[in-house]
Amino acid sequence: MNDPLVIGGRTLESRLFLGTGKFPANAMIPEVIRRSGAQVVTVALRRVDFEAQEENILNYIDRKNCILMPNTSGARNAAEAVKIARIARAAGCGNWVKIEVINDNRYLLPDNYETIKATEILAGEGFVVLPYMSPDLAAARALVEAGAAAVMPLGSPIGSNRGLKMKEMIRILIEEIELPVIVDAGLGRPSHAAEAMEMGAAAVLVNTAIATAEDPPGMAEAFSLAVRAGRLSYLAGSPEVSRYARASSPLTGFLRD
Amino acid sequence: MSFYEQLTRCREQYSPDWVRKVRRQDVEKVLARDRLSERDFLILLSEAAEEYLEEMAVKARALTWRHFGRAILLYTPLYLANYCENRCLYCSFQAANKIRRRKLTPEEAEAEGRQIAATGLRHLLLLTGESRRHTPVSYLRECVALLSKYFASIGIEVYPLTREEYSLLIESGVDSMTVYQEVYDPDIYRELHPKGPKRDYRFRLETPERACQAGMWSVNIGPLLGLGPWPEEVFWAGLHAAYLQERYPDVEISISLPRLQPFIGNFVCRYPVSDLRLVQALLALRLYQPRLGITISTRERAELRDNLVGLGVTKMSAGSSTRVGGRLQQDSDEQFALADHRSVEEIRQMLYRKGYQPVFKDWHPLRGKEGSGWKGAQGRS
Repeated sequence: MNDPLVIGGRTLESRLFLGTGKFPANAMIPEVIRRSGAQVVTVALRRVDFEAQEENILNYIDRKNCILMPNTSGARNAAEAVKIARIARAAGCGNWVKIEVINDNRYLLPDNYETIKATEILAGEGFVVLPYMSPDLAAARALVEAGAAAVMPLGSPIGSNRGLKMKEMIRILIEEIELPVIVDAGLGRPSHAAEAMEMGAAAVLVNTAIATAEDPPGMAEAFSLAVRAGRLSYLAGSPEVSRYARASSPLTGFLRD
Repeated sequence: MSFYEQLTRCREQYSPDWVRKVRRQDVEKVLARDRLSERDFLILLSEAAEEYLEEMAVKARALTWRHFGRAILLYTPLYLANYCENRCLYCSFQAANKIRRRKLTPEEAEAEGRQIAATGLRHLLLLTGESRRHTPVSYLRECVALLSKYFASIGIEVYPLTREEYSLLIESGVDSMTVYQEVYDPDIYRELHPKGPKRDYRFRLETPERACQAGMWSVNIGPLLGLGPWPEEVFWAGLHAAYLQERYPDVEISISLPRLQPFIGNFVCRYPVSDLRLVQALLALRLYQPRLGITISTRERAELRDNLVGLGVTKMSAGSSTRVGGRLQQDSDEQFALADHRSVEEIRQMLYRKGYQPVFKDWHPLRGKEGSGWKGAQGRS
């Protein structure tokens, strides 16, 4: 299928991005990446121990076949996110970054205002910036303006597995924003991912649902298939679902009599 | 409303009798809910809830996996000094006990830190007895400055400080702090702390809040189980955690549930807490506060700790010593007896066997110009 996704000048075949926290062992990650087919893998810089051997998560990500996207987990404001991104790049993690600015530990909802500020600074420094955001049209427009390479609205709160609770808001972003819209967070089942893709999302990012499954590699493959199915459905043009019944004797039938 | 005021209100509202009147139906209703109120939390601490421990455990594990994954953060304590100005009736380090007192020089602390870092641990907790005179903030800052080369995260468990003092320590490289109220019941507190600065119940109670205000990233609180009646102590501690998380949503709040252990002296534990009660407390806390960090220390025996993994625990100590200079083969007495003597490697293997990832690093220091004061395990610059 020739349907590439281009972000930051890189052409991607896979529309499933993978998060690496929460797995029962880092050693499982290569198999999960293989079965998911993911080409973009995000890692929290706070979890990376550059000195360690066995416990260094970076040793489990084959960067010849995957783009490493460090994330700024732990940042409470734009300044901290910018610092984390710079540390990651200086340590050789490349120039992709997922901005995550969260200052509410109860719901883990992102702070769009601080995210926009960090995006502007980092895009100006040559980073390929993918900001995690609450789906809000004005904020998404500001992120486009700030130089983001894509926008990543949450489907529902991180780790909630509740699916596309923000569907209507995300649909507006897909309709209005020129950049790829990648649904990040809250997708608990492959069917949720398929739903996001059918709606026209450019990609999805999944972590918790795969990492905490009984069989993480198996679930990774299930998500991969669901993402492809959803994408194919979108491209094939799913018929509109009508909210109204079609009466057998239409009210406007007389016009054609 | 300050937490002190909230606690006073709750003590009037929920008498010990209240918990005894909880019925099975009340517990079942709570278990069907997604979000628990303070009243629901108390219901889960009742005797009636004891029958529902398995249901609580299943729910607690699912919530913990969802929010923290199948991962446990490892850390270790480093005792800098055991000088103390208090007279806590239940503690080995208290001023009246004739024990061998010691204080590490910052260089000795660095030597011990280097040994710890070689085990792969990147989260360190620095402890002292409660003596401003022997271990002033300036001394703590010196130690932190030397140790921060080796660790990604440095926490402190020292005497209660002012907000300004916490700011100074954050500037030096401290990112987390622990302070135990020990006992939330103010009458028992007064009785057990007859002398010394620790007599000030309210100053201690408001310590974690001052740390949050100073900008600490992670704050850990808890009762010392065994000093006051269960389940009240767990209830107040849970409310305290919820209070802090609500007011300081950007701070990672955690709770520990240490139980009183044998020590030097002759204090008799009046309110012993069984394994069953400890598990009930842990599960009730997880269901009440799904995102709360929960720590279990090496005070507990290995077999019990292994079984608690998977019930909601998110942090564990490993390779611990409660002696000053414990890893430098120096002579001093321990604060309390450890029950789990396993090495970091043994804990690591145990977690893998149980299907959990041992996390050695879950923080990256943001100090310094580009943010990285941490030079890695070798302390290289």
